[in-house]
Amino acid sequence: MNLNNSDPVTVTFAGIEMDGIYINRSGEHAIVKLSSGYNICVPESLCSPKEKTASAEKPAVIPLNQDASLPLLSIISTGGTIASTVDYRTGAVSSKFTAEDILRSIPELAGIARYHTLQPFQVLSENMNPAMWQELARTIHDEILNGAQGIIVTHGTDTMLYSAAAVSFMLDTPVPIIFVGAQRSADRPSSDNAMNAICSAKAAVGDLGEVVVCMHANESDTKCALHRATRVRKNHTSRRDAFQSIGREPVGGIEYPEGSVVLAKDAVLRGTKELRLSDNLESNCGLLQYYPGMNPGVIDAFKGYKGLVIAGTGLGHVGTDCIESITRLTASGTTIIMTSQCQAGNVCDRVYETGRDLLDAGVIEGGSMLPEVALVKLMWVLGNATRKEDIRRLMQTNLKGELEYDLWRYV
Amino acid sequence: MDYAAIGLKAGLEIHQQLNTTEKLFCHSPTVIRDSAEHNGEISRYLRIATSEMGDIDRAAKEELMNQRLFTYYTYDSTGLVEIDEEPPAPLNPDALDVVLTIAKMFDMTPLPEIHTMRKMIVDGSATSGFQRTALVALNGSIEHTCRVETIAVEEEACQRIEDTIFSVDRLGIPLIEITTSPCMKTPDEVHDVAQYIGMTLRSTGRVKRGIGTIRQDVNVSIRDGARVEIKGVQELDLIAEVVRREVQRQLSLLAIKDELLARNAMVNGEVYDVTSVFSQTQSQVLKKARVILGTVLHGFNGLVGLEIQPDRRLGSEMSDYAKKCGVGGLFHTDELPAYGVTEAEVHVLKETLGAGPKDAVIIVAATEQKCRCAMQMIIRRAKMAFEGVPEETRKMLEGGSTAYMRPLPGAARMYPETDILPVPVTKEYWESIAMPELLSVKAERFVSEYGLDAGMARQMAFSEKLPLFERAVAEGIRPVFAARTILASLKELSRAGVSSEALSDDAIIAVMKTVEAGNAAKEAVIDILTACAKGMSVSDAVSRVAPAFSREELQDLVHGIVSDRVDFIRTRGKAALGPVMGLVMKEVRGRIDGKVVSEVLDEELGRII
Repeated sequence: MNLNNSDPVTVTFAGIEMDGIYINRSGEHAIVKLSSGYNICVPESLCSPKEKTASAEKPAVIPLNQDASLPLLSIISTGGTIASTVDYRTGAVSSKFTAEDILRSIPELAGIARYHTLQPFQVLSENMNPAMWQELARTIHDEILNGAQGIIVTHGTDTMLYSAAAVSFMLDTPVPIIFVGAQRSADRPSSDNAMNAICSAKAAVGDLGEVVVCMHANESDTKCALHRATRVRKNHTSRRDAFQSIGREPVGGIEYPEGSVVLAKDAVLRGTKELRLSDNLESNCGLLQYYPGMNPGVIDAFKGYKGLVIAGTGLGHVGTDCIESITRLTASGTTIIMTSQCQAGNVCDRVYETGRDLLDAGVIEGGSMLPEVALVKLMWVLGNATRKEDIRRLMQTNLKGELEYDLWRYV
Repeated sequence: MDYAAIGLKAGLEIHQQLNTTEKLFCHSPTVIRDSAEHNGEISRYLRIATSEMGDIDRAAKEELMNQRLFTYYTYDSTGLVEIDEEPPAPLNPDALDVVLTIAKMFDMTPLPEIHTMRKMIVDGSATSGFQRTALVALNGSIEHTCRVETIAVEEEACQRIEDTIFSVDRLGIPLIEITTSPCMKTPDEVHDVAQYIGMTLRSTGRVKRGIGTIRQDVNVSIRDGARVEIKGVQELDLIAEVVRREVQRQLSLLAIKDELLARNAMVNGEVYDVTSVFSQTQSQVLKKARVILGTVLHGFNGLVGLEIQPDRRLGSEMSDYAKKCGVGGLFHTDELPAYGVTEAEVHVLKETLGAGPKDAVIIVAATEQKCRCAMQMIIRRAKMAFEGVPEETRKMLEGGSTAYMRPLPGAARMYPETDILPVPVTKEYWESIAMPELLSVKAERFVSEYGLDAGMARQMAFSEKLPLFERAVAEGIRPVFAARTILASLKELSRAGVSSEALSDDAIIAVMKTVEAGNAAKEAVIDILTACAKGMSVSDAVSRVAPAFSREELQDLVHGIVSDRVDFIRTRGKAALGPVMGLVMKEVRGRIDGKVVSEVLDEELGRII
């Protein structure tokens, strides 16, 4: 039998006949959506095709009404949970909507701004890579050049902070660049997608002039927080308020549904910086979390890498038996940055002997940089500088709020 | 009433909470909490989600007419799944086992795979905006008189504390949903089928008991009427009355329809601002309102106020629709002057709107936006009166009348729950499921096998303490004594205001065994159990309330008492037995069987007389 998705069928099961719509096949079984709305799974041989009736009316497409008097924003869609729908084939949630679909499902956005929507690529955020970060930065750059007064990037939450940090380093921006996502799938009535998107639009027409992540501030639908792209982490696998600023307060907050935006005193304001793109990245860099008893061979395996960020213990340590491998690696030309696996705080390799050995081995202290931010920054620094002193100085300079101060002045 | 003549058809949808340890899709306990114990609150909006078929359910659309912020109470027993902060855990296998057992008792066919769906519910009662539900079995029978169409397992919704405030303790408790065909033809038949289904559910011993743990929805239609679903009938005794009143309502609405057509009545849908008519009003409701709008229903005079059910009029139906827009209700000229509105005001109102003596005028008072919305709903409902009975979901009111809740939901309300994998039900599993004995059969067996009288047998079989009784009998306690003790102790304890929850089954068994071994008197059982319920151990309770009293000790006691009263006994002869027995019992009541006392006393008196 040759049944296709949404074919009307009659199912004969348990001695009764039921009308339904064929959804798909699952092994020997057919999945049929009954007229009651339930999906049932029965042997396919029990389904017989029915005459097609007049096809159901398609929902009317809501026209995108753009108010010419409102500021122009660009929504750049990269995929992720903020734009997802149900996949008939696998029964799984997958990201499919375009940025335009987002506007259709969240009509409130139309009252905040005009939008130009584009979709440079559509991936689950775990499939993002440095080349995509570069393409994203270039796309944003062009949109700002073309008059966008703010940028919204919809992004899967898993690796959002890497992308946001990468764009931070590659772009000097005069306008707000807001990364936004959703923790709970967009197909559920309780999804955080709409509120996060509305808050991000409010932030994008606001006074900010830097790259931030906009997500729920708590478990309720009452407030969104704006986190500086270089100081944010996803701290929970599923909660709406998973994203938290590390080592500082958020740079802003948005009350919902009022939409009032409050910025921190040290927020970078709109127009402070001139638009500038420096999109070189050295992607041949690694990130390694040290653990007790780690085989030094793990460090040797990074031979040939241009850069390595180590998330060390406490103040920035690794076991003494790793020092030799680290010395060899720096000698062979790999830049090594030391960060900490602690949630917050500065690295200090002058307190204990192991730390001093690490400094002697040529390791650069990463201050309070989050390991993943240090990795992205290292890629950018190595893409833009070649001399050792320049690399060290840049890594220890506060470029985009990733450090509390310029470390190199003090060491 | 000749129900066959009017073509009554009724079906049932029964929801029963299952007594599993964990919830259906998370590991939280299935315990109802006191809402005062909540230790957290979250607040959320719900938005319409597009279903896989691309359209939005009409019932859901109506619920969302006003975007409302819902508040949820959380507890120290609340997990992330209940507040929709985490994907669900796999389907609880214990719940599925109970549901399959019940399906087998109704001779149904299980589905080879259980697919969990999301049923959209955006009234705030589910934090996610949907209820997870899965069809488990199809097509069974109820005592050859009726068919069970489907059995599903689903999540219980939140308890509404008030308006937009909900409590999540109940959310996610497993429910079985049993849907019958529309096979019932009289109100009494609906009662009997509901009762039989309830008995079958309780026969598993694995469903929750008590108020609120079972709810019956009734589908009712009559010829030329429409299918109406009445939600949440909690008391079985009211179910027939609900059906009778729905029949009355549908007949009344059909009569109103005929009358409207005969009168050439008309609803033109024009809405007027009549705020100025009431500028000097003494009506509290109208005085407060920013805007008052009115509309004329031509030819409706007398019909809006016509009673269609006890305490319900056509006007109440319109009012229910209007309330969806957040207004408190409406006024109609069939009930005016009243509520502080004067006859003069009614006169001006009718004149302003050009309403004649055959017409009715409806007014609503609130903000402009709410009024406009309410007027649209009123006009919609007024137009429906020409069609007779609208298809609706209704809720039961006290006494058995009903109020409009929302339109009947369509099929679009469901889409697959993608976070839950399908669960196979193998032939081997299905065949291995044992069917419990029906409580009605059990009661008969208690009579024939244990010698309980019919009343006690039925009471014991249908009691929550049935497992305790069966255990007691299995442990060798005489059935009649066990049944009497269990039933009496429950009654006595509740009469004494002592919570029987404090009394463990182990304690009750131990006390019964003590008595059966002759170490405490039957008469003392209630006192011992009361002491246990107040926190005493069984052995302490026995020794304090009724220390064991041996036959030898009794003989000493009786000997002492009798020796002191030899003269009295000799004078009175046999007649002395009563007073002396009283003196002895005063000392030993509850500590030794009265029969033994009487024997020993007889012996002792025999020596003197």
